[in-house]
Amino acid sequence: MEVPEQFYTQVEETCRDLYIQSLKEIPPDVVAAIRCAAKNETTEVARRIFSHYLQSIELGREKNMMVCQDTGIPIYWVEIGGRLRLDGSRINQAIIKGTERATREHPLRSSIVSPLSRENRQTSTGHRIPIIHYDFAPDSDVLDILFMPKGSGSENMSFMKMLVPADGVKGIKRFVLEQVVGAGAKPCPPTIVGVGIGGSSDLCMTLAKKATTRPLGSANPDPQLAALETELLNAINETGIGPQGLGGRTTALAVHIESAWTHITCNPVAVNLQCWRAERRRARLRPNGSIEIGF
Amino acid sequence: MAEFHLHTPLSEADVRQLRVGDSVTLDGVVFGVRDGNLIRIFDNKVPPPVNWQGAALLHTAPNVKKIGPAKYEPICVGTTTSMRMDRFTEGLLKDYGVRAILGKGGLSEQSAKLMQQYGAVYLSVTGGAAAMETLQIEAIETVYWEDLMPECIWQIRFKGLGPLTVGIDAHGGNLQLDVQQQAQQKTAELLKKMGIA
Repeated sequence: MEVPEQFYTQVEETCRDLYIQSLKEIPPDVVAAIRCAAKNETTEVARRIFSHYLQSIELGREKNMMVCQDTGIPIYWVEIGGRLRLDGSRINQAIIKGTERATREHPLRSSIVSPLSRENRQTSTGHRIPIIHYDFAPDSDVLDILFMPKGSGSENMSFMKMLVPADGVKGIKRFVLEQVVGAGAKPCPPTIVGVGIGGSSDLCMTLAKKATTRPLGSANPDPQLAALETELLNAINETGIGPQGLGGRTTALAVHIESAWTHITCNPVAVNLQCWRAERRRARLRPNGSIEIGF
Repeated sequence: MAEFHLHTPLSEADVRQLRVGDSVTLDGVVFGVRDGNLIRIFDNKVPPPVNWQGAALLHTAPNVKKIGPAKYEPICVGTTTSMRMDRFTEGLLKDYGVRAILGKGGLSEQSAKLMQQYGAVYLSVTGGAAAMETLQIEAIETVYWEDLMPECIWQIRFKGLGPLTVGIDAHGGNLQLDVQQQAQQKTAELLKKMGIA
């Protein structure tokens, strides 16, 4: 199915809107989890922190305010329906333009700089930024875009290790637990702990990042991995790091694992943390012009 | 745990009375600083363009709307992870007389020692809850070093910033570090229980 000319403009405007809206409305599954965690805290400090989280969530929704100052690194996960006929390079351009328009039109803080010169174009874009992942869905005639403005407090807490097969699953458990505790207050806990297992080093970290975009309450369909998610979450929440690392019962809202097969000599594990807001926003575009927005 | 309402600039007596876990609400000018401008001050040896005796510094880089020359309206002003700026604590306290550093995530044991020595505190802002802080701003009074946008030095006047949590007091207390060290001990136990240690 050939997409009409205006489809590319729609992609551009949708990406602009996804960026802005993602900073203002926290996904409902995350809000529910924060509410639930707030009730579970017993100390004065932890209760104070959760009340600030909930107040800011409400302000975002009711007063159309950005919840956090960090506009993040813009990351798009795009899934192209196999039945769509479109110009991929124009989709790419539309996503970049949408990102720049969000930054200019709202305006948003441009958080993107050249790594050595630290030049900031004030557009939230630069060489290879935004980050755009492409995937394909068979027998589908929709374009799905999942956007995340990945904040740096949590992104700076990314860890990867090429374990060896002899380290086994025990090595994986140790690595995850030690990194989350080592990160302490820095990623704005309670976090979603994204874990990548397997693949190559680069795929492993991408899987860890992708895992953080899964809605809360979803378990990995593989029962062994789902059990590992639960075991690690329980252990992490026994460490007592708590909201903002000031002590408390909820250090992580979830552990999400995504995996890939790997080399016979490899046992890679990656951890990518997502802060308590876990901002994400999703759009589904059809060639007939309809756009559905969700989380 | 006590509650305090203080006005900037802060005196040594103001900050010496605080203990970790206390809550503090601040009125007055708070200066926004972060990586870019602190690197310029301490690595490139350019002194700050404003007096910081008794100042409260906030680790931030806001979202703003330009409304005139060096004049900005706040859109969203929050905080950022302080530990990246940990190595600047000594210079800020010793050379410039700063009394409070505001941010998230805490500072090191070394910074806590310096705060005890010079009489300063670390006030923990609730990270990610910037919408709340933004409404506590009266005005962005002025901005220095706009070429570093958004990592300029921001002179922001707050009314009722907080409640902030005292993370490091001027008596050697460091709440976030204590919590993390306890978590590390607990991790050793957990690993044993999971059959890993």
